[in-house]
Amino acid sequence: MAEKFDSIVVGAGPGGIAAAYTMAKAGLKVLVLEKGEKPGAKNVFGGVIYKYHTEQIAPEFWKTAPIERRVVEYQYWFLSEKSHVLLSHRNQRFNNEYNAFTVHRAKFDPWFAKLAEDAGAVVINRTTADDVIKENGRVIGVKTERGDALADVVIAADGVNSILARQAGLREELRPDAVVLAAKEVIAIPKTRIEERFNLGPEEGVAAMLLGWGPGMHAGFMYTNRDTLSVGIAVSLRDLDKSGQRPNELLEQFKNHPSIAPLLQDGELKEYSAHLIPEGGYDHVARVYMDGMLVVGDAAMLVNAINWEGTNFALTSGILAGETVIQAKKRGDFTSRTLAQYRQKLEQSFVLKDLRKLRNVPSFFSSHPYFFTVYPDIANELAYMWHVVDDETKDARFKRMQSTLFKRRSKLGLARDLFNLWRLFS
Amino acid sequence: MTAARTMSITDKLYRDRFKVDEESHLWIKDPKMCVKCPFNFVCIRVCPTYVFKWEENKITITYDACVECGACHISCYNVGWRHPKGGFGISYKYG
Repeated sequence: MAEKFDSIVVGAGPGGIAAAYTMAKAGLKVLVLEKGEKPGAKNVFGGVIYKYHTEQIAPEFWKTAPIERRVVEYQYWFLSEKSHVLLSHRNQRFNNEYNAFTVHRAKFDPWFAKLAEDAGAVVINRTTADDVIKENGRVIGVKTERGDALADVVIAADGVNSILARQAGLREELRPDAVVLAAKEVIAIPKTRIEERFNLGPEEGVAAMLLGWGPGMHAGFMYTNRDTLSVGIAVSLRDLDKSGQRPNELLEQFKNHPSIAPLLQDGELKEYSAHLIPEGGYDHVARVYMDGMLVVGDAAMLVNAINWEGTNFALTSGILAGETVIQAKKRGDFTSRTLAQYRQKLEQSFVLKDLRKLRNVPSFFSSHPYFFTVYPDIANELAYMWHVVDDETKDARFKRMQSTLFKRRSKLGLARDLFNLWRLFS
Repeated sequence: MTAARTMSITDKLYRDRFKVDEESHLWIKDPKMCVKCPFNFVCIRVCPTYVFKWEENKITITYDACVECGACHISCYNVGWRHPKGGFGISYKYG
């Protein structure tokens, strides 16, 4: 592999493929290296892909791509030990103007990679690039078990555990409080039964986030696919460490919650998976460029943990990285001078604007874990008290509800939390 | 209860597809450090597939059950971690 490319992209996920497609379409000679036996073989997410961003590469992709269901309803569950409070938004506009689709990554990613191949990129599977090759401090290629491969620009799209960004010195080792571990199961349930249980039409789907009833920064998720459910838990590594519980135990506990279990009843496990999510936010974003190299997607820690957006960050950063390399090729300059444009493009797009806006959110919630523990509990207690009918007068009931609330969180604490929450998003 | 809800981790992992390499992509950098582990055996506790065990005064690694999440090496710097060779390791059918 002494052949030289305009660009080598390491990783055939949405970020890498978006970059490869963008460059190949402009006529650049592009090599994509994927360590899995095919694109998507190592990839896990909740999850959904978004119409808006995926269409930047593939207009009307849902007509041909292996999608599962279009999301028409978003659910927010607040769990207590034996109860839940459910907030949900269903909208027919999601049926007319699509917003997001559930997919299986091992099926969607190969389809997506094919687009880059059709545009002229070469995609080689089963190839791990485990180090960069540098010359005078500048990245000029990557080392693989099949030999060295050279390029003007290497794009590291090798995911949350990015070896390349670390080897190149663009990223520190991840910190346990800046990453979330997700453990997930794909559970087969007949199509019609999914539709009955979630009150869905034939191609409609639900995306559900579940908070509460767990250790600290901890959440559950549930997505309806065609004839499977994706069900999992996500917990920060720091809180997992402190909890004394195993990821698999947390997942089992969650699946056996009396509000969740009926949805999974008689399901057959198809796959168990686990993956990290870089949720540290703006302050943890990697250095994204250096002489001869760019970093995109999870490898650069580009994830919005609050809105659960990641694939759109990967796609957009991939496109912007690709555009930057096209510029660099025109100028014949592959040093930081030109590649710095990528960082500027990220700054000007929603990618870094959103992460900057939400910059304090991850640390806020990690220092205020009761948003994940105490508040869902309170919501359930108050909802219960509101609905129970007995001989207690309403006057006494309302007083008891107030004292229940303030026993769990003081008036001052409550006021401070509301104020801080408002300030966080304003 | 239903099958999916009472499965052991071993049974769960049978549903996953692995192509096992001959050599481990995980290792302990300094086994002596583990004897007085300063992190209360965090590698054992955070691993979603129970790859690490404490046996006969050392950490043993069942690397063929690893789904390559990376939780171990981020939680403890004494865990050595690299990607398996191309095509090896976990290969998701759904993901």
